Amino acid sequence: MKRIISVILLAIIFSASYSQVPELSFEQLEPRLSTTSDSLYVVNFWATWCVPCVKELPEFEKLREVYSDKNVKVLLVSLDNPRHMQTRVLPFIQEHNLKSEIVLLDDPRSNQWIPLVDESWSGAIPATIFFTKNSRSFYEQAFTYKELENIVDSKLQ
Amino acid sequence: MKKLLFLFAITVLTVNLVSAQGYNVGDKAADFRLKNVDGSYVSMSDYPDAKGFVIVFTCNHCPYAVAYEDRLIELDKEYKQKGYPVIAINPNDPAAQPQDSYELMQVRAREKGFTFPYLFDEGQKVYPVYGATRTPHIYLLNRSGNDLVVAYIGTIDDNYRDESAVEERFLADAIDALLDGRKPEPDFTRAIGCTIKVAN
Repeated sequence: MKRIISVILLAIIFSASYSQVPELSFEQLEPRLSTTSDSLYVVNFWATWCVPCVKELPEFEKLREVYSDKNVKVLLVSLDNPRHMQTRVLPFIQEHNLKSEIVLLDDPRSNQWIPLVDESWSGAIPATIFFTKNSRSFYEQAFTYKELENIVDSKLQ
Repeated sequence: MKKLLFLFAITVLTVNLVSAQGYNVGDKAADFRLKNVDGSYVSMSDYPDAKGFVIVFTCNHCPYAVAYEDRLIELDKEYKQKGYPVIAINPNDPAAQPQDSYELMQVRAREKGFTFPYLFDEGQKVYPVYGATRTPHIYLLNRSGNDLVVAYIGTIDDNYRDESAVEERFLADAIDALLDGRKPEPDFTRAIGCTIKVAN
């Protein structure tokens, strides 16, 4: 019985941990798009209304889980309208049980920041960058788990 | 030496492949013949008096496209009479995005009272020629003799979310530049948008 209660408590704590998603300007997000540490970062740009993004999110969740002991970190950057934080973004995160770190980029002047993320990005989502302190790759496409794994493995070598 | 030649060949090939992915500013744009929401077929050659066109790849389902619908209507009203009509093209495959079917395009055009043609890129043959990657994605064309030349590629303005907070009207400024006989500056901008949906 105690165990059940603690499980329930843990579940509440976990679900409550997503009652907040930070809303960042690009200036605030930018330091998160490069590193001097030894980790490999996977940063995915998505939105709740973007069907191919929603479809690939579980693959990023799986990646984070499988590679958690290999210094791989996943950051999901939502491009939803901040007006929809309470009505769409937070319910979506709960419903899909997302555990990766999530921030919302609240910066409509995308013509200014898109090329700072990657010069080749046309602006379509999903889009993902993989970077370490030594290398950086950008993809404007959706991924299967196998494809994600291949990229991450090649970067970890 | 052979190796060098091979590398050179690969480089040339790659560069060609990249440039074959669509238009850059300065390229000649191809005409099309696509079905409008009223059942008629529309080509740019149907507008012999136009000085150019605002070709916008857009759709029903994408929130960014929806956010710009009213602004597109305003732009069409303002610039059609100055010689630059809007032509909207839905590039999505309804098999991948059911909200973007021809029938639902008709519904949306009626609901919003589109003042411009809303064409269906049946078989997805036109958007790859232009190199559109997202909705909305704008190609401003300018007539030069018998050709239509790409004068500006990008987005409508710098704030999809809030029209009242717009500081730069990229597209309107680009058309105004053409009307003044100037080159648009900037002639290339970017914006977040929805990927063009292709069935697997």
